[in-house]
Amino acid sequence: MRYMDKTIVGLSIAFVVLFCADFFMAEWVRFIGLQSLARGAVALGLLVLWRTGLVSFGHALYFGFGAYAAAMLTLIGYHDAFFLVFAGTLAAGVLAYLLGFLLRRYRAIFFALLNMAFSMILYGVIVKTEELGSTDGFSVLTPTFLGYAPKGEAVQTTLFIFTLVFTYIITVGVHLYMKTTLGGMSMAVRENEIRVEYLGYSAEKVIHVKYVFSGLVAGFGGAIMALAIGQVDPDSMANWTVSGEFVFITILSGIGNVGATYIGALVFELIRTYAFEYAPLFWQFILGGSLLAIIMFLPDGIWSLFGRLRRSDSSESSSSSNKAPSP
Amino acid sequence: MTAVLEVRDLQKNFGAVIAAKDINVTVNEHEIIGIIGANGAGKTTFVNMVTGYLKPTSGQIEFAGRNIMGLPPRTITNLGISRSFQVPQVFASETVFDNLMMAYAITEASGLELLSPLYNDERAARVDSHLARYQIAEYRNATSSTLPQGVRKLLDIAMAAVSKPTILMLDEPTSGISVEEKFDLMDTIMEALRQDQTTVLFIEHDMEIVERYVSRVLAFYQGRIICDAPVAEALLDPGVREFVIGEEYHRTRTANGNGGDNGGQL
Ligand SMILES: Nc1ncnc2c1ncn2[C@@H]1O[C@H](COP(=O)(O)OP(=O)(O)O)[C@@H](O)[C@H]1O
Ligand SMILES: [Mg+2]
Repeated sequence: MRYMDKTIVGLSIAFVVLFCADFFMAEWVRFIGLQSLARGAVALGLLVLWRTGLVSFGHALYFGFGAYAAAMLTLIGYHDAFFLVFAGTLAAGVLAYLLGFLLRRYRAIFFALLNMAFSMILYGVIVKTEELGSTDGFSVLTPTFLGYAPKGEAVQTTLFIFTLVFTYIITVGVHLYMKTTLGGMSMAVRENEIRVEYLGYSAEKVIHVKYVFSGLVAGFGGAIMALAIGQVDPDSMANWTVSGEFVFITILSGIGNVGATYIGALVFELIRTYAFEYAPLFWQFILGGSLLAIIMFLPDGIWSLFGRLRRSDSSESSSSSNKAPSP
Repeated sequence: MTAVLEVRDLQKNFGAVIAAKDINVTVNEHEIIGIIGANGAGKTTFVNMVTGYLKPTSGQIEFAGRNIMGLPPRTITNLGISRSFQVPQVFASETVFDNLMMAYAITEASGLELLSPLYNDERAARVDSHLARYQIAEYRNATSSTLPQGVRKLLDIAMAAVSKPTILMLDEPTSGISVEEKFDLMDTIMEALRQDQTTVLFIEHDMEIVERYVSRVLAFYQGRIICDAPVAEALLDPGVREFVIGEEYHRTRTANGNGGDNGGQL
């Protein structure tokens, strides 16, 4: 049975549209778009964990680690975006691999908070390090792209295309991965680890793989963010509130589809921007209210809106029951 | 007769509770063995130790000439001992088909194959013939959590059998099943397993079931094996009659035929 994978078609259309739009977008729109892609990538990692039954309250650790790794390389003279983003991604992945040996043994709230604990350690280290600008952070010079050194608005235009291409590859990759045996084992581990062990595979190993993946994409998001803002600082990169934002985006998006994380990230970015602009004293109130509304009216996230319109790609819908079971 | 499983001087303590002591058993290829004993006699503990869920306090377990003491369940499963559970362990929010699809995928894939698509038509065909063999094809698309108890038990056992284990240990396959359905259920299971010539050990409270399906009985009492004999002989054994069947009779009368309850444990 051969059929067009609707998710891949959808992602491809979005890719082409955004690619073309890049040349016409207002600067502030592109900036919001870049941030949404960066945060959406982190949420994609959280989505993979979530499908495995795990929530992390500490992925700013990898986001911040990727961002700082890329930014620090600019301090010693590396400016190529390909290299910086690759290095930031890899650095976060290696960190996740190492910490994964410990974290794969924990579940539920312990897993969530242990991640948070590690992220606070990173935050503490950054804040205490004068060489890294302490709480002020430091600026990141404009990157080059394989020798091409854009100027003015072309910097962001190029960075947007660069980000779009890699985000597209990663997202399609995750979508395909979720259909493999290892990817599908997310469900198995979430549903019943004992059965997984008695089918002959290690649930912890499955979790470890997912965890490294989530670290890699969070590092990718962080490195992109560092280049997009041209600055790294602990409060917007590594603080625990940043981790909270990622969880927020994941809830907002729902875990039904890999593409939803970017829509969720965009909605988050818009709510925050406008709430902050029009109600500077109440923006957290508005953010909280939005989250409440989502949980109450769209428990499976924004994605379920699409699901209601057309039932498709049923292999991907893993309806998460968020409510307590009724007797 | 070839011995496949050798258990020597196995002991398990939970603090002051001795759940297993002086367990010595040799299991031969293609045997069908019934494990009997009152609740708390140590039957599940024995299965848990052999399949790696519990680490024995002392003793020795050899499978096919290899020491498997202290190995994790997944390794023991891959070596060829599989099991089902008193409380079925399935992927509750998935369909019966998807449960078995996953079971086949995990069993069949290793290394880089783990990164090939989980679903393929050949695998789906294997799942469907497995469903037919265990007579649960009509529940193919039902969510596992909604299944009748008997079907859920069959699914649990069917999943355990996917790897075509040398030895399959079944923990109370008929518990929670009505008396009328028990024999049909056991017929289905034993017929399916006969095709693979699986060596079967199953825990059972109903002596009629034991008599019908097994050739040999292990009777547990207070963590020890008090009788290991051919079924006819075992059911006449005075110790068995006093400590197992007597209590069984009493228990089934008072507990209305529902199988042992392990307080939520495996
Ligand atoms: N995980 C455990 N912790 C403490 N005691 C246990 C545990 N598992 C079993 N036991 C005790 O060991 C004894 C044997 O239990 P079990 O093997 O489950 O009996 P059964 O023959 O009913 O399957 C019982 O006294 C039980 O309370
Ligand atoms: Mg038991």
